[in-house]
Amino acid sequence: MKIAIVFDRIRGEEKSLALEAKHAGCTTELIDGRTLFFEATAKRSKQRFGDVVLQRCISYYRSLFLTRIMENFGTYVINTSKVSDICGNKLIGSMVLAKAGVPTPRTYVALSSEAVDQAAEALGYPIVLKPFVGSWGRMISIAKDAQTLDTIVELKESIPNPIEHMYYLQDFVERPPRDIRAIVAGDEIVATVYRNAAANEWRTNVARGATTTSFTPDKELKEIVLKAAHAVGGGILGVDVMESSDGYVVHEVNNTVEFKGAQAASKTKIAKKMIEYVIRSAKR
Amino acid sequence: MIAKCEECDADITVPDDAIVGEIVQCKECSSEYEVVSIGDGKVELKPAEVAEEDWGE
Repeated sequence: MKIAIVFDRIRGEEKSLALEAKHAGCTTELIDGRTLFFEATAKRSKQRFGDVVLQRCISYYRSLFLTRIMENFGTYVINTSKVSDICGNKLIGSMVLAKAGVPTPRTYVALSSEAVDQAAEALGYPIVLKPFVGSWGRMISIAKDAQTLDTIVELKESIPNPIEHMYYLQDFVERPPRDIRAIVAGDEIVATVYRNAAANEWRTNVARGATTTSFTPDKELKEIVLKAAHAVGGGILGVDVMESSDGYVVHEVNNTVEFKGAQAASKTKIAKKMIEYVIRSAKR
Repeated sequence: MIAKCEECDADITVPDDAIVGEIVQCKECSSEYEVVSIGDGKVELKPAEVAEEDWGE
């Protein structure tokens, strides 16, 4: 079997995935997505990428476009563009999770700055504001009151990008200074770790200095994680969960999951499990 | 393999198992570089891209 791994930046994750694919006896090709071009309107493409493509681009739009193009020419890509569509946009992700009955923080969207104050009032402070697209905790802020919200809105309105002029507002969930990252491959939870926020940091992203600790998930957590993964369409995913006073709450499902932090705490070879899933899926 | 940092002229040691597309960092000034090519014991680097708004997982 030939597995192509598409990247736009090689990290430890991509190296370990390529190595595990080789160990599994697969022909492996690392393809730099930045170098590709296509005749998008062609009925067929002469470009062959292998039996399955593992999408690992860190640019969301590049990843989405490439997956769409490859699927259009009949290539099987993990994860699918449907999953990428849902997970890459926080608004769509929240709607899909809620509709599937996965506990997720209450979220409002305001379609311009004119509607933000009313949305905030309906939601109630403190409010977490997140960009629709983005990761690693970048540009995520808390508005504890209307004055802070006004300042954030003013700043966002000064950014000349229309998506910044719409607003994703979410309940601030009281939780311990940590969250849970569960890595899923198909129907299997490969690893579960706590991401412990760094000192003086409320965000729990490893990119923000969070440290990881492995733990064994209970039955309820397993069910919620797999339900969330299934809701977005399944595949290789990172399900992020908070421990609220009312139980587990899924705030996000990641489509191109990073696992450096989880691997540091986990005995399971995460890349190996992912490749095993890729091979199983491609054979189906 | 050794390359030169464009910013501070320090030597950057690139591991032997590095592959094209990988990011290496100058230990002196923290500048990041992407490995462009490797061959004959030589390595070519270019300044790494700065994170875009849509980067992530």
